[in-house]
Amino acid sequence: MSSNFVEHKSVPVRLLSYSFILLWLVIAAFPFIWTFWGSFKVELDFFSKENWANAITGVRTFGDTGSAFTADGYRGAWIKEEFWKSVLNTTIVCFFVVCTSLTIGTLGAYALSRSGFRYAFWLLIIALVFRAMPPITLVAGYMLPFFEWGLWGHLWTTIIVLVAINQPFTLWMLHSFFKKIPKDLDESAMVDGCTSFQAFRYVILPVMWPGVITTGLFSFLLAYNDFAVTAMLLSKENQTMVPKIAGFLGTTQTEGNVMFAVAAVVSATVPLFLLVMFFQRQIVSGLTAGAVKG
Amino acid sequence: MKHRTFFWFFLPTALAMLLFIFLPIISVVTQSLFIDHEQVFVEVENCDFFGCKKASMVDNEATEQLRREQPLGRFVGLDNYINRSHLAFTEVAEIWSGSDSVGNFFKQLFNLPLYRALIFTLVFTFTVTPLLIILGFCIAIGVNSLSQKIKGVVIFFSLLPMIVTPLVGSLILFWMIDSRGIIGSSLQLLFDDPDLSLKASATLTWVTLIVYGVWHAAPFAFVVFYAGLQTVPQDTLESAMIDGASRWERIRYVILPHLAPLVTFVALIQLMDNFRVFEPIVGFNASAHATSLSSMIYSDLDGESRLLSSAATSSVLTIIGVVILLFPVLIRTWRDWDRKY
Repeated sequence: MSSNFVEHKSVPVRLLSYSFILLWLVIAAFPFIWTFWGSFKVELDFFSKENWANAITGVRTFGDTGSAFTADGYRGAWIKEEFWKSVLNTTIVCFFVVCTSLTIGTLGAYALSRSGFRYAFWLLIIALVFRAMPPITLVAGYMLPFFEWGLWGHLWTTIIVLVAINQPFTLWMLHSFFKKIPKDLDESAMVDGCTSFQAFRYVILPVMWPGVITTGLFSFLLAYNDFAVTAMLLSKENQTMVPKIAGFLGTTQTEGNVMFAVAAVVSATVPLFLLVMFFQRQIVSGLTAGAVKG
Repeated sequence: MKHRTFFWFFLPTALAMLLFIFLPIISVVTQSLFIDHEQVFVEVENCDFFGCKKASMVDNEATEQLRREQPLGRFVGLDNYINRSHLAFTEVAEIWSGSDSVGNFFKQLFNLPLYRALIFTLVFTFTVTPLLIILGFCIAIGVNSLSQKIKGVVIFFSLLPMIVTPLVGSLILFWMIDSRGIIGSSLQLLFDDPDLSLKASATLTWVTLIVYGVWHAAPFAFVVFYAGLQTVPQDTLESAMIDGASRWERIRYVILPHLAPLVTFVALIQLMDNFRVFEPIVGFNASAHATSLSSMIYSDLDGESRLLSSAATSSVLTIIGVVILLFPVLIRTWRDWDRKY
């Protein structure tokens, strides 16, 4: 909105609005800062019976380790509990899910956006229903066949399942991006002698990169953040980060190693933090992509 | 686009969805009609000094074999749907005739697992969605009046609660509200009650989950509304100001109508997403006080005895719920399409 609109605001209104935003920022960001800071303390500081301020100063941490900061939680999680393996698995899963989703998603969404027939509409509606279904409802359907055919527990099974679960969302998002590209563009390319695939590949895709990158980010988030599928379909040694963290809560917590879980949680948040930092504009444009359409 | 070209372009994604979304639905429906085999018993005659006694014993081998040959179990039709852990018709009828007031009826209904999960899911969905829309709208209005320089930073931090993995986000809050964590101990001080624990009572657990839900999803509403605010027609706004409209009247009569379609959009997306609420229940370790439809399926699938048929039945019922919830959206999309083509 224009800046002259701002200048008309009276002082109390402005103060109120600033303090509200400040309050929201604290609510939104403080938990992350707090947990990040606390992950370098010992458990008795982070969960302090005496005084919560111990988590800031690290009294016990100093007593135990001789320094106000300790990387024991990280050491325990990454090395002792082999969190690095889960990080590797998450990397593999996310990479392949994003690549495959985008490849087959762009093809499908392009077709949907260029077909004016009724069935394109019905396919989108079906995709919407699929998008609305909680993933866990499908997991119940995978278990028995996957057990019977020996597909359960492997990384690549999970990758394919996540690709399929991501498809409805990917299709809708890419569809709304493709809609914005004028049809004249590919039609004129085809008049010049391109096949429809060539028109798609050499004329439409180059214009679509921003949309593809944005959709890729959201596919990544869906794969990275998934808990229902990865927790149920991966064997213990193939676990990705999120189910691994959930696993820490059971046994590790009772053994007094809750700081392992805290360290793992912080480790899993860092990539997302960087993602928002570098791709903030794309994420914002992706969130509004569906909305602008109406 | 020709049908033929469409077919080839759409084939890969169609195959993926057919094999891993559509067939699993069929699989879920099928499994919900079957139940695990009962154990096979054999009659054994135990003879000792005092004579012979007949006893029945579990024949482990035969049971194993039967389970291997027919992994689906035995066909029971709709029995899974009407048993106590799902729709529980008999129990509901009993409660209905046995309870004297509506409140009492709901209290007793709460003991049946499916209704318990359904009630929580609906309460969660229909309180979180409006709250997050209101909060998101307020943030958007506030951020919009900030100077250009700090907007970026504010948006960056605002996005964090939404981007973070739901399980991770709920764990972070869970540790803070622990009675030894910063929020938990502050609340104890505030209310002067050293035994106050957000985990102990069902009501407080629900409130915590709802607060988490709003915290997690408000940034989405904020970003959408913020983008919408950039396109508010300045002329209308200025003429409203010249006509003497107050700040509140401008929001009420110019900005809100402009954002109305976006509100519907956010509401629809969030209804879908909140209906599947699941991770916070695991993260907050709240299953003793709150279960959702998704978490109910999860706890059936998790653990030693995988209750596949029970999970499948809950899944089918959940999918039916999703379709009912989506019905207004489907009709709307249908009208949109008719307008365009």
